[in-house]
Amino acid sequence: MEDKDIIALRVAQEIKPEMLVNLGIGLPSLVANHLPKDVHVFFQAENGVVGLGPRPPEGMEDEDLTDAGGGFVTAMPGAASIDSAMSFGLIRGGHLDMTVLGGLQVDERGYLANWMVPGKMVPGMGGAMDLVAGAKHVIVAMVHTARGAHKIVERCTLPLTAVRRVSLIVTEMAVIEPTEQGLVLKERGPGVSIEDIVKATGAKLIIEGDVPEMQLN
Amino acid sequence: MKNAISPDEAAALIPDGSVCLIGGFMGVGSPHRLIDALVRRGAKNLTVVANDTAMPGKGIGKLISAGAVTRLIASHIGLNPETQKKMISGEIEVELVPQGTLVERIRAGGVGLGGVLTATGIGTLVEKGKQIVEVDGKPYLLEKPIKGDFALIGCKQSDYYGNLEYSLTAHNFNPIMALAGAVVIAEPQHIVPVGVISPDDVKTPGVLVTHILERAI
Repeated sequence: MEDKDIIALRVAQEIKPEMLVNLGIGLPSLVANHLPKDVHVFFQAENGVVGLGPRPPEGMEDEDLTDAGGGFVTAMPGAASIDSAMSFGLIRGGHLDMTVLGGLQVDERGYLANWMVPGKMVPGMGGAMDLVAGAKHVIVAMVHTARGAHKIVERCTLPLTAVRRVSLIVTEMAVIEPTEQGLVLKERGPGVSIEDIVKATGAKLIIEGDVPEMQLN
Repeated sequence: MKNAISPDEAAALIPDGSVCLIGGFMGVGSPHRLIDALVRRGAKNLTVVANDTAMPGKGIGKLISAGAVTRLIASHIGLNPETQKKMISGEIEVELVPQGTLVERIRAGGVGLGGVLTATGIGTLVEKGKQIVEVDGKPYLLEKPIKGDFALIGCKQSDYYGNLEYSLTAHNFNPIMALAGAVVIAEPQHIVPVGVISPDDVKTPGVLVTHILERAI
């Protein structure tokens, strides 16, 4: 299994029926493909739809119906189209159950940096700061290291997205829960040892007892 | 009853140096014919307030490419490399604002509020230079209202009174911006007789709309 599929599959297990969920662009958007068929949730696209559906058939796209990345989507039965004030009211008002976002760095405090690399990449924060500040659960879905460089670090060196402890970090190597005491290693990736994880992590991990392997079936 | 004006007549009403609130999200729901007319007129020195600048050759991206914009307030410019280049070279002064904060600042400007208090941005670069106000023990950033000389609105249809209806994810910033422009110019895809749009479907009452763009030929 590819790294990104391991991550998406494991994140999908966190989603419970009837949740309102916002998936970020890129890797997080893959989570929708791994949701069990019998689990009904509402996906929000912050550009203005609750009840986002999959890509329409070729040639059947509606130019007024896209996701936050600008890609064509559909709306599921029961969907609602909303303006940006309502959309961010849902996010900032604590009505969004879960957001899944990519990450550049997460640190021992559970703080996320994912919107800017000074001097290199300044795309703007879009909705990321609102999502991290406002969602009930924030899940960071990212590969464990960036070509060998640590992404889970003692203190973020990149500009923070919010000073809020994220709920869970899911990588292809590990599931990590940021707590008041620090980063708790909850699960190992398929075939990954604790030593592998410690080596690939630039922050102190709290390891208690046997750390089970992710159950991905 | 409003008079329909041509895109070129509308562009002639917008002087160089104006502050323009422009609806749309990655070009979806933007007033495309108005943007084309502003480019044709050779508009200069505009301050644009918009969620994003789409991409080169699309929507607000055309105004960026044409050198019509010297100041930009937006949440995301990541998909338009020209905007980023002009920001770095200093040709465009860019203020990046979290998306939810941006829409609420515009709403505040439109509904007569002195600003909004939000947790988004606390502890991040966004906090810089802003007042922090504590309410019931929780810190919030004071974000000031935004108003425009013009609001340029894309919509699905307008009736002869300027009552506007929007479509799916093409709502986005449009209904909010229609409150915050001193002059509001609406570009509907269709113009319909009064009564066709049910009162329940009117998202922008015609009393807010100054001009309607004539039908596309």
